[in-house]
Amino acid sequence: MSAAANETVVVYRKRRNVELAMVLFAVALGLGGWALTNLNLYGTIPTDWPIVVAIWVALGVATHALVRWKLPYADPLLLPCVLLLNGLGLAMIHRIDQIPEPIRHDARTQLIWTVLGMVLFGLTVVFLGDHRRLQRFPYLLFLAGLALLLLPLVPGLGREQYGSRIWIRFLGYSFQPAEVAKIVLAIAFAAYLVEKREVLALAGWRFGGIGFPRMRDLGPIAIMWVASLAVLVYENDLGTSLLFFGLFVMMLYVATERVGWAILGVLLTLVGGWGAFTFAGHVRVRVSAWLHPFEDFDQNLQIISAQFGYAWGGLTGRGWGLGRPGLTPLAKSDFIAAAIGEELGILGLMAVIMVFALIIARGLRMALAAHDPFGKLLAAGLSFVFALQVFAIIGGVTRLLPLTGLTTPFMSQGGSSLIANWVIIAILLVISQMARRPVRTSTPADGDTGDQITVRADDLTQVIA
Amino acid sequence: MNAPIRRVAIVAALMIFALLANTTWISLVRSDSLNAHPLNRRTRDAEFASFRGAILVGNSAVAQTIPNEGRFAYRRTYLNGDLYAPITGHYSYDFARSGLEQVYNTELAGTDNSQFVDRFVDMVTGAKRQGASIGTTVVAKAQQAAWDGLAGRKGAVVALDWRTGAVLAMVSTPSYDPNTLASTDLTEATASWKALQASTDRPMANRASREIYPPGSTFKLVTAAAALDKGLRPTTQLDSPSSFTLPQSSVVLTNEVDCGGTTTTLQHALEISCNTAFAKLGLTIGADDLRTQAQRFGFDSAVGGDLNAVASKFPAAPDAPQTALSSIGQFDVAASPLQMAMVAAGIANDGTVMEPYLVQEVRSPSLALLSSHQPTQLSEAMTASNARFLQDMMVGVVTDGTGGPAAVSGVRVGGKTGTAQSDPDRPPYAWFVGFAEDPEVAIAVFIEDANIERAEIAGGRLAGPTFKAVVEALR
Repeated sequence: MSAAANETVVVYRKRRNVELAMVLFAVALGLGGWALTNLNLYGTIPTDWPIVVAIWVALGVATHALVRWKLPYADPLLLPCVLLLNGLGLAMIHRIDQIPEPIRHDARTQLIWTVLGMVLFGLTVVFLGDHRRLQRFPYLLFLAGLALLLLPLVPGLGREQYGSRIWIRFLGYSFQPAEVAKIVLAIAFAAYLVEKREVLALAGWRFGGIGFPRMRDLGPIAIMWVASLAVLVYENDLGTSLLFFGLFVMMLYVATERVGWAILGVLLTLVGGWGAFTFAGHVRVRVSAWLHPFEDFDQNLQIISAQFGYAWGGLTGRGWGLGRPGLTPLAKSDFIAAAIGEELGILGLMAVIMVFALIIARGLRMALAAHDPFGKLLAAGLSFVFALQVFAIIGGVTRLLPLTGLTTPFMSQGGSSLIANWVIIAILLVISQMARRPVRTSTPADGDTGDQITVRADDLTQVIA
Repeated sequence: MNAPIRRVAIVAALMIFALLANTTWISLVRSDSLNAHPLNRRTRDAEFASFRGAILVGNSAVAQTIPNEGRFAYRRTYLNGDLYAPITGHYSYDFARSGLEQVYNTELAGTDNSQFVDRFVDMVTGAKRQGASIGTTVVAKAQQAAWDGLAGRKGAVVALDWRTGAVLAMVSTPSYDPNTLASTDLTEATASWKALQASTDRPMANRASREIYPPGSTFKLVTAAAALDKGLRPTTQLDSPSSFTLPQSSVVLTNEVDCGGTTTTLQHALEISCNTAFAKLGLTIGADDLRTQAQRFGFDSAVGGDLNAVASKFPAAPDAPQTALSSIGQFDVAASPLQMAMVAAGIANDGTVMEPYLVQEVRSPSLALLSSHQPTQLSEAMTASNARFLQDMMVGVVTDGTGGPAAVSGVRVGGKTGTAQSDPDRPPYAWFVGFAEDPEVAIAVFIEDANIERAEIAGGRLAGPTFKAVVEALR
């Protein structure tokens, strides 16, 4: 082989200054929402505005600096998108804080959770180094994930709220363990599937040109199906149940490249869904609230009020502080997308959806670009579960789907979701750092120095065959 | 693994696309019906707190909006609420609207298409949106005279300018104060609403235009008009037996007055309100022609325009005895006071019935004229010469007959009295329907609980003075 010509080094542009500019822009949008809320409601900006601006700019710049220091080749678009959503979410929570009499200060609590999320983000970035270290304990993580998922069922620890039993109460704080389970199980699935993909992909029988697995390989998917049904039936949480089963089926499909798994997964989802509809009263209530909300105005007040909010907001919205999102119960958490639509309009909501889409797209691109199967699988899984969650909650609030009580990532009030999503972003950035850092595509033969060819690339997909 | 990841990406893209398509759908398709939903608190609050236009009688606002402290930025107030309630109607947060508040809601709220330019200017200049004001045709003095004339008795008065159809007065008693329903204290408004709904006097019923009653002998005007159309003249002799057994039945109809022998003229039969003569006349004319004549005056169809009035009724297929009773305004004939005023107005206007209306003009907050009413002809009820015969006959009722109490010195007035016994257990209704030539006004006075004897003269004695008072108020 002619080694000299083969030695190609792809060097991605780091684009860290672009990231900084976008971070500042995103931070400014969040602060703008906060300032406009105060201007529209009180005609003035609070006198402590320099502190608020300083805190939020400092947090944005600090996270950027961390990425610049530890992950210089990481994807430059993710962090600005996340800061934008987190800032808008904080501003909207602050806006809804102004509605009750006396006003509330939930935005401060949310800011503290944000800082905590950023700290965990930083710790993950600093100490993870290489995402492949996560690959080591698939079974342990799987058990831990399942335990977390089912933790709210433990008597004395679990707590029921708004009809769902998905919280645990510990030392006076309530927490949604499913948010952490999301990360843990995604890692466990990825590690397990990388190990077993050959068997799962090759063994089995074919029907109509589609390969189906052997009975004995059905164990893991059966366990996940039962666990998801348990979440649905005992925790009354349709959203979480769908999320985890969807995550598992999707990762199984990606790992094995066999459509049969996906078909099996969809069939199992349909069976579970039909069973839930037939035997679980709350699922029927959700479905009828979705199809015929006006048949029971009082029961479906929340979803109806959200629709009224969208209509009231119209295309461009009432403006920060000028709508009436407080009429919708849980406007800060599950229904923050309704508050966004009412005050920022359908256009504002679409913009937010597009920012979510950008995060999902970048995540999936990292999956394509990652060099190792574990990284691919993990990035794809985390991105997909993120997409599924955004789809389920915004689709539920806008009456595209039956409502599932999920959080809107980075926007909804609630610490567990915020922290978990910051960690997900940290993991995705680490994977992208590994994928984008300069590597040699071939090793030069012994003693052959050759010419080193450097390819400057801007986009991951440019170099993917 | 890249191929399945790409497919997963396509699924994710489809999900995002579905979200965007659905939000577009909300915006384009669902928004209008959601905003119009009666339980939508956002639109209801915004509308209730809006700077609504005024309803004017002459130059004074009988309904207007003033700034308010608290949850709603504005508050609706009514001047002389009881007196004008049948005209303004009510406006409330929880209990919808009625009257002009309902019919002219979009104009008053400033959301009508005719106010598009104003809205655009407001949007550009940042001004608060303000609704248009509407000027009514009501004359305050006539309205007050009608109210005073009823003197607290249950009933209604409608006065029309017979040349144009303009409503000069419309009173319904007992009435209610719309202020109590427009209160921004919603608990108080609810309590008022419940009390009004529970009242056996039905104060919110608009007896002038939205209730129908047996018109009694005032319907003989319609029968007379049909007779004239058949070629009869005021001097034509009619059978007027002292009693008349209705065909195919054992019901014996008698006269409450002496009709002056076994025959009498059409003119005299009307003047003294001779039942047997008109019953026999009605049978000669026939139910179909009676109905046609009634419909020419506006029966059997809801009066259009801005009054939102109900249709008066002539029975669909009466047999012979029912036709006889119908021709003297009994059996199932039922008319609103507004309808009977239209009958008198049509006769006074040489046979042409004008469509009644309440609102003369709509003006924007900057006083620009947005719309103005043009008098509209509703129908030709009679030929001009027949109408003049009937005018003279009605003048005779006042000068020589039962309508004496309605006489106004120095003004040529004509009319017809009526007493209708709708139910043997309740007191009869007293009516007076008539017109004056100068001022040009047609008036129907209706008294629901006239605690009087059944005598024909009673209708004129009770309702006549109110007619007279309204005419004098308009001079």
